[in-house]
Amino acid sequence: MSGNENTENVESTEHTGVEGAGGRSVRNGETVLVVDGLTVIGRPSDVEIISGVSITVKRGEILGLVGESGSGKTTLGLSLLAHCKRATEIVGGQVLVGDQDLAGLSERGVRQLRGRAVAYIPQSPASALNPALRLGVQLREALHDDSLSNGEVVERVREVLREVALPDDDAFLRRYPHQLSGGQQQRVAIAMAFVGRPDVIVLDEPTTGLDVTTQAHVLETIRSMTRDYGTAGVYISHDMAVVADLADDIAVMYRGEVVERGRAAEVLSAPQHSYTRQLLMAVPLLKTSGHEEAEPEEEPLLRVSGLTAGYGRTQVLEGIDVSVSRGECVALLGESGSGKTTLSRSVAGLHHQFTGEILFDGVPLAASSYRRTAEQRRRVQYVFQNPYEALNPRKRVRDQILGPYRHLVGRPADPDGVVAEALERAALSASYADRFPEQLSGGERQRVCIARAVATGPDLLVCDEITSALDVSVQAEIVKLLRGLQDQGMALLFVTHNIALVSNIAERVAVLNRGEIVEYGPVGQVMSSPQHEYTRALIADTPDFELSFPGAPERLGMDSGDRVVEG
Amino acid sequence: MSGPSTSTTSTTPTAPARRRPGLFRTAWRFGRTKVGVVLTGLIVLIAVAGPFVAPYTPTEFVAKPFETGVDGALFGGDNRGRDVLTRFLWGGWTLLLLAGSAAGLGVAAGTVVGIIAGYRRGWVDDVLMRANDVLLAFPQLIAALLVMSIIGPKVWLIVAVIAVSHMPRVARVIREATRKVIEQDYVKAAEAIGLPRWRIMTVEILPNVTSPLLVELGLRLTYSIGVVAVLGFLGMGLQPPTADWGLMINENRQGMSIQPWAVALPVSAIAVLTVGANLITDGLSRAAIGIDRGVEK
Amino acid sequence: MTRLIVVRLFFGALTLWAVSLVVFAATQALPGDAAQLILGRDATPERLEALRNQLNLHEPVAVQYMQWLQGLVQGDLGTSFSNRMPVAEYLTDPVRSSLTLMGLSALVATPIALFLGAFSALRRDRAFDHTSSMGTLVVASIPEFVVGILLILMLGPGGLGLFPSVYAREGGPEQWILPVLTLALAVAPPIVRMMRATMIEVLESEYVQQARLKGMGERTVLWRHAAPNAIGPVAQVVALQLAWLAGGVVAIEFLFNFPGVGKVLMDAIENRDVPLIQAVVLLIAGIYILVNLIADVIGLAANPKVRVANR
Repeated sequence: MSGNENTENVESTEHTGVEGAGGRSVRNGETVLVVDGLTVIGRPSDVEIISGVSITVKRGEILGLVGESGSGKTTLGLSLLAHCKRATEIVGGQVLVGDQDLAGLSERGVRQLRGRAVAYIPQSPASALNPALRLGVQLREALHDDSLSNGEVVERVREVLREVALPDDDAFLRRYPHQLSGGQQQRVAIAMAFVGRPDVIVLDEPTTGLDVTTQAHVLETIRSMTRDYGTAGVYISHDMAVVADLADDIAVMYRGEVVERGRAAEVLSAPQHSYTRQLLMAVPLLKTSGHEEAEPEEEPLLRVSGLTAGYGRTQVLEGIDVSVSRGECVALLGESGSGKTTLSRSVAGLHHQFTGEILFDGVPLAASSYRRTAEQRRRVQYVFQNPYEALNPRKRVRDQILGPYRHLVGRPADPDGVVAEALERAALSASYADRFPEQLSGGERQRVCIARAVATGPDLLVCDEITSALDVSVQAEIVKLLRGLQDQGMALLFVTHNIALVSNIAERVAVLNRGEIVEYGPVGQVMSSPQHEYTRALIADTPDFELSFPGAPERLGMDSGDRVVEG
Repeated sequence: MSGPSTSTTSTTPTAPARRRPGLFRTAWRFGRTKVGVVLTGLIVLIAVAGPFVAPYTPTEFVAKPFETGVDGALFGGDNRGRDVLTRFLWGGWTLLLLAGSAAGLGVAAGTVVGIIAGYRRGWVDDVLMRANDVLLAFPQLIAALLVMSIIGPKVWLIVAVIAVSHMPRVARVIREATRKVIEQDYVKAAEAIGLPRWRIMTVEILPNVTSPLLVELGLRLTYSIGVVAVLGFLGMGLQPPTADWGLMINENRQGMSIQPWAVALPVSAIAVLTVGANLITDGLSRAAIGIDRGVEK
Repeated sequence: MTRLIVVRLFFGALTLWAVSLVVFAATQALPGDAAQLILGRDATPERLEALRNQLNLHEPVAVQYMQWLQGLVQGDLGTSFSNRMPVAEYLTDPVRSSLTLMGLSALVATPIALFLGAFSALRRDRAFDHTSSMGTLVVASIPEFVVGILLILMLGPGGLGLFPSVYAREGGPEQWILPVLTLALAVAPPIVRMMRATMIEVLESEYVQQARLKGMGERTVLWRHAAPNAIGPVAQVVALQLAWLAGGVVAIEFLFNFPGVGKVLMDAIENRDVPLIQAVVLLIAGIYILVNLIADVIGLAANPKVRVANR
């Protein structure tokens, strides 16, 4: 189990000892949070948002609460602090922290316990830290213990800041949230939660939006602090890989109910519920041998050479050389700010400020899409990251697809046929043609975007993080769909921050770090023996786990033989 | 939302979710919109049908100045002895016509400027917005007074001045809305396939700023009614002997304490009209907020 | 932040200059020339010619504008056509009266409006909120002179007879009540609505939720966490409303026969007194720009992201 291996990692990190966490006697293993039959309903519809949920967590352990969007996991997390969003209400059940039932206490009683018995770490610290208050104020007030003197409070704040590896000097305490990086903000949020030495801590997807390296550091901090403080953690996430790595227990939520719960090892090795199995299968494997390499061609379909690009005076890309052959998938892997989107937009003619050459089919492409020939624009198509923003909400699916077709190919003799065929290639039935985007789910929207792109019969599809806004199960289907398109001969430039996806779709990968390509080669080779330290760190920081239940190797349609033996 | 059921059967669609109702239908659900429509409708009816049912002609003398309690003149005579009711029934349509066309022209011009400035950015945006700032430095009424005092009160000029003074205000709102729209990737998708800029502005952007556009139209209509009326009231609008609500107030305000009807009728009509128009606008803007929010998931 | 303010000031000055150009150009469009206007129809050609020389009307328009602008900068607003007094001197008293009127209205309207707005936000969707929302909507829709007339009809000599409807030099302080009330009613509704909207937005924000989850009391949440984030937008609306007063005062002064700049403007228009029109329009535009500028600066200062540059 990779979980054990990770535990050792944590202990060997810079974190300095149990003694630092303060004089409380740690009694790990004792059950401290008991949730029993908790039910929350929405007003005025009376629909149950979560129904009869029961969980328990022990001191020093972490319960991973997994579910996709709309499963009610955030509502559950907030109700552990007896907090309900507008128009929701706890109508039944107990939330026992120690021997106190938060669901049954008065407002004043709940307020007393918040921050000290139960604390909360929000999803996005950027909006959860008050922009108008200095960090010192926000950290000090979180303690709200009247028995402490001012000096003791400040000392406690400094102590907890040191524990999350942040500076503890006065200058830092005087800063405003906007003066910190995303990772630092999340550390402040963690410090704020631990400053009152809570018995239970609720973490609501605290690493969303962080790079894998930062995520790994933040997770390590959470792991060690819960153990040192003897705090019971409830870690809410949609990411099975992170939970598998971090949690002692796992509870799977689906439509407001906990459908499966148990020790992490058991849930991962022998999932009982079909939904759990499906979630697990959708998680892409980190390491594969990659696909067979296509025969090297004389002239690749797309060749980017010596490309340097920027915005105004800031340069984001330098000396980029990448090529994509016909029917090949090349992945551009990079964290936020690495310049990967700038590169893909330069290829699509949406980013104009660059020097260097982009050759498509042996012919140089102009910087602006408006200077390119219609034929060039037809042959290079782009799929955007966020399907919720990529479709004009005022047009039907049919017109979304026919618009580009009319502009680039010409008036179709059989418009219905064109639409039906495009939808079919994106694995949607023709009946979707009459819908508006608002009538589609996220995954369906992204399929329509793909249908729009393939309708014109392109040779190269540029995919910019096209699965990052989607749930994992939907992500797996989109990846499957792209593979199918590739098998029909389409070349793909697949931009992503998710290293696990790279292994499962691309033949070759270019790793971007701060505007430069640090590693470029066949996927199998890069994953099994990365040459550059950045790539190595990236692979090490990405959570991964193996599946051993029957049928597991088929996840994401990979062949079991593809899996490279670690070590 | 997406559960196991949809993930295995993506080719066979589940029954499509009902489309959300549009702006008007959403707005209609608010009680205040209905009240607004009734109030506005009432005044529009008076203004449009008034001239056909008026007992006299607007310039006929039927009483002594400021005389009340005259047979055949329900609300008495005005400052010259003309029938107050007749002049009231005649005086509405000019106000509606002027205010309506001023609001329409102003919003149309402001929308064009706003979309161009928001989409083209760069120097086009800078120039348009600086010009806007200069226009905005004049309070609406002062701008109108300045021009009227110099060229003289002419009908087309009233419409033009009010329309011009609306333009920068509308442009600012539409520019903001446009900027939000062009951050969305569907505009970039259109650019990537090389759709001409003017088509992007008309096909991709314009339909997606209709909510703020309608709200602005309502708001500008309310303001236009106010400005047209106040110009008449200041003697800088339509000139005597035209029957006009604003002018009626101006002509008869000296006798307000002995003959209140000549002022009270047009004043109430203007008040009811503006309240009605603003109630509709409020309904629209509430609906628009709900709809715009609904775009995100 | 200082740089941002300097940039704003520069653009304010630029706008004011552009406004002066517009005002000057507009008055150039007058039919006939200034000499004719001053002396009337039956002036002899000799006297007209003499006055034209005196007013530099033979110079090119650009030179005339430069001379006018130069005078403006030195505080010389020219001489009124109708009463031959220097415009600056003539305007002193009306400006003082108008500023007093505007100041009183703002003083009455702002605190009440802020309180109503905040209270509505706390009582969101309850009876008080609905009543206040409906009330502000109604008052905000009706043109201010109509509000004034309705007040006169109800409270003036024809109605309850509580207050005089027209300002007179020898009248007592009660004659200020209706003009101030009218302007206050015109200014308040947008402030109420903005205060309510901002407070609701702030109270629904994640950082306020986080403060509650940290166990802060409602009082701390409201004053320490919510209020500082609401100041910026609200201050801006308050300033904008004060700027509106500069123009809105005209119709109200005309209605109540109040001896302020608005009345001066209407008289000047009647007499075609060009220097006076120019001066008053410039003055009003100047106040308008200045107050808008202050609103901008407050907005910047209330935002810690601007106040404390990123280190």
